[in-house]
Amino acid sequence: MVKKKMLSDGPDWTFELLDQYQTEIARVAKHYKLDTYKNQIEVITAEQMMDAYASVGMPIGYNHWTYGKKFIQTEQNYKRGQMGLAYEIVINSDPCISYLMEENSITMQALVMAHACYGHNSFFKGNYLFKSWTDASSIIDYLLFAKNYIAKCEHKYGIDEVESCLDACHALMNHGVDRYKRPQKISLEEEFKRQTAREQYLQSQVNTLWRTLPADKQIKTKHADNFPKEPQENILYFIEKNAPLLKPWQREIVRIVRKVSQYFYPQKQTQVMNEGWACFWHYTILNHLYDEGLLSDQFMIEFLHNHTNVVAQPDYNSPYYSGINPYALGFNMFIDIKRICEAPTEEDKQWFPDIAGSDWLETLHFAMENFKDESFISQFLSPKLMRDFKLFHIHDDEKENFVEIAAIHNESGYQALRTSLSNQYNLSNIEPNIQVINADVSGDRSLTLKYTPHSEIPLAESSEEVMKHLHYLWQFDVKLVEEHHGEEKVIAQCPAVEKEKAS
Amino acid sequence: MANFIDRRLNGKNKSTVNRQRFIRRYKSQIKKSVERAINNRGVTDTESGESITIPRKDLSEPVFHQGKGGVRDRVHPGNDQYSAGDRIKRPPPQSGQGSGQGKASNSGEGEDDFVFSISKDEYLNLLFEDLELPNLEKNQLNKLIDYKTVRSGYCAEGVPANIDIVKSLQGSVARRIAMTSSKRKQLKALQLELADLEADTFDHVSEIKTVKKAINALEKKIAAVPFIDTFDLRFRNYARQPIPTSKAVMFCLMDVSGSMDQATKDIAKRFYILLYLFLTRTYSTIEVVYIRHHTQAKEVDEQEFFYSQETGGTIASSALELMVEVINDRYNPTEWNIYGAQASDGDNWADDSPHCYQLMMDKIMPACRYFSYIEITQRAHQTLWQQYEKVAQAKTHFAMQHIQTADDIYPVFRELFKKNTQQVA
Repeated sequence: MVKKKMLSDGPDWTFELLDQYQTEIARVAKHYKLDTYKNQIEVITAEQMMDAYASVGMPIGYNHWTYGKKFIQTEQNYKRGQMGLAYEIVINSDPCISYLMEENSITMQALVMAHACYGHNSFFKGNYLFKSWTDASSIIDYLLFAKNYIAKCEHKYGIDEVESCLDACHALMNHGVDRYKRPQKISLEEEFKRQTAREQYLQSQVNTLWRTLPADKQIKTKHADNFPKEPQENILYFIEKNAPLLKPWQREIVRIVRKVSQYFYPQKQTQVMNEGWACFWHYTILNHLYDEGLLSDQFMIEFLHNHTNVVAQPDYNSPYYSGINPYALGFNMFIDIKRICEAPTEEDKQWFPDIAGSDWLETLHFAMENFKDESFISQFLSPKLMRDFKLFHIHDDEKENFVEIAAIHNESGYQALRTSLSNQYNLSNIEPNIQVINADVSGDRSLTLKYTPHSEIPLAESSEEVMKHLHYLWQFDVKLVEEHHGEEKVIAQCPAVEKEKAS
Repeated sequence: MANFIDRRLNGKNKSTVNRQRFIRRYKSQIKKSVERAINNRGVTDTESGESITIPRKDLSEPVFHQGKGGVRDRVHPGNDQYSAGDRIKRPPPQSGQGSGQGKASNSGEGEDDFVFSISKDEYLNLLFEDLELPNLEKNQLNKLIDYKTVRSGYCAEGVPANIDIVKSLQGSVARRIAMTSSKRKQLKALQLELADLEADTFDHVSEIKTVKKAINALEKKIAAVPFIDTFDLRFRNYARQPIPTSKAVMFCLMDVSGSMDQATKDIAKRFYILLYLFLTRTYSTIEVVYIRHHTQAKEVDEQEFFYSQETGGTIASSALELMVEVINDRYNPTEWNIYGAQASDGDNWADDSPHCYQLMMDKIMPACRYFSYIEITQRAHQTLWQQYEKVAQAKTHFAMQHIQTADDIYPVFRELFKKNTQQVA
């Protein structure tokens, strides 16, 4: 191969230089079989970055005060120097939009391009969760639809009305995801058509559900056993379909919030993998370029300095410690998988008979495509890495006045340690399990939710407030029960204030 | 392949709407904060914005999440001393647990208030929301007309100072071309003829002579067309455009007799600040006249007005008289919007109060847009208050309020200037 000319190491960047780097990175990414969406790289200023922050990574967001609050917070923190801005933001869309900050040096821009435009991008395209839960090609269309629709509602029904509806939906946003059903992919036009059809149809549908005529007595008793037949975990979906008094536009807003929540759901579950994957690739790609002689030493020093900062893991007793750094864990796991493939030890062969000695690139792609954090850790966390991280497991039972070290990084502890770390990333352990168990359709129309505690962890006090929001949407009595030693105890409820509407 | 887009020139204020939504939503809390802040500001500090503090719990967006307690299993890195089965004392709740999942709300108790800055305009908007200057509109339309001279095209007559040279010379060129064109044509024809004659092999002496003579005559005629004529002159035209005056003067009248202590003066000062700020929103230029009085009134500067020590009895009419004098001297009521604010502890020499009433009714109220009287006292009202009550009954643009403590200032101010629908009726 002809030795190529070394690329300029700036430090300032120009669009030509960005393009040169981009071309080289793309070439190497292809060499490693990274399959990506088309890249759309946008250079923005720090202020614009703060805007992007405030809209939680959505390129187009509907208007709501909470984004204003986030913006003010970000702005304050940034101005006081309490935080730096992220070097990049990348959006799971097709084409994949990445934001580069104007202030970055060329080294940082290259790092970010390798990290976001090829690392994250290929993850979005390849991982099974993203494939089945999000539709990259329609998300921008959908967000645009949502923004316009909400703006239209504000115009029609007033900002306050829409705001309270959104507030209520946001409070239940985490409970607006179908965990087991897969969403359908539909485009903007279809969305429009369906929305209008839905609006008219739904209302009539709902009204019949609540029809209580004296003649129906027999049916009523038959119905009375339970509605819904099975507990519903998707509270927002249940409300959208069954809330008795919601207006069509309110149902549509519930739906919008639900969709947005759904869109972000895979990101929550793949934080370690996603960041680890992106870090692995910016590290591998830039090193590859360096080995080819395209990058200067100065470039590499700056790059490694930043890279090391990102993947640093402070110890539990360090003042900087705030849990396990997903970048560090993910990056090291991918590096470790590569090592197991290329140079397995006896231990590795015993623990990972499938992958020890296999083709590392294929194994890595397999891991990226078919796992989420929880399963990824329980599948690929090696004893060596547990030793390197010096992991230990603390069991904390509120009833005792001490905490116990349940397992450490030794022969007897590896399995247990791996299982508990994996559980730590299991969303169903972290997010409270709350389901709709009963809507009293033939009686007082009250709605009952049930909280099933995980490991006896109680629900936080904020649930009272959330119940008020739920009541806003349901408009009849809502109560939240928790099963305690076999009997159900009401832990929060919101009484119906507006009785006159019921008649 | 990648596609680079330079977005830096795009609007950066994508979040403005959301920011406004936020302020709109928390108006009541922000207002409270603004009210608190007004007590800590300098008199004429109208330039700076304000930093707003909202208790964080008011802002929280509730979600269902796990609380404290129960059985928790967590994995931490960096084991340096523990082995399996070790039992250790539970660490204090702050450290160790919490932010592992990026759920900051898990450890939500020790958070600071939410502090942010609003701009000067936002600050003043909030401060004076729902307030208006009484009687402003109708008076302005009737009387307070000032004229501004504006350019309005060109005209053929005017004073030499207004001659527009370019326009005039353009006219002159045009006129000269128009007036000489036929003569130039003849001249050209003659010149050709002359050339022909001269080129001819035969002699045409006499003909050449006549042609030359004609040429001469024509050239003279052309030269005789004046370079510039009065007809060409164009003058810049000016028109007088009526504009509502935006000049205002604010009279601050304060009793500085012995009975007014520093605390009372401070309350008065706060009130004047508010009034000043409020007026700056309506008028571009405001003059402030400070008049203080005990038995005699004196016009002073701000520093002296608020801080110098005086003692003695009280004759309130002296201040009013001085105000009338100053108005007559410098502030013609047809040009100026006059506002008066008087602060006192209510003490006045009893015989003087009826005189104050007379002055108010005859001289001051007709000239003023608005006059407000605040009485800062914890004691019962005296004669001055009673006399002023009569004024208030007779004149709608007179207002009086009673302030007891510093906390009353802002509510009283709002009371004085709140949008009044009854007045219209």
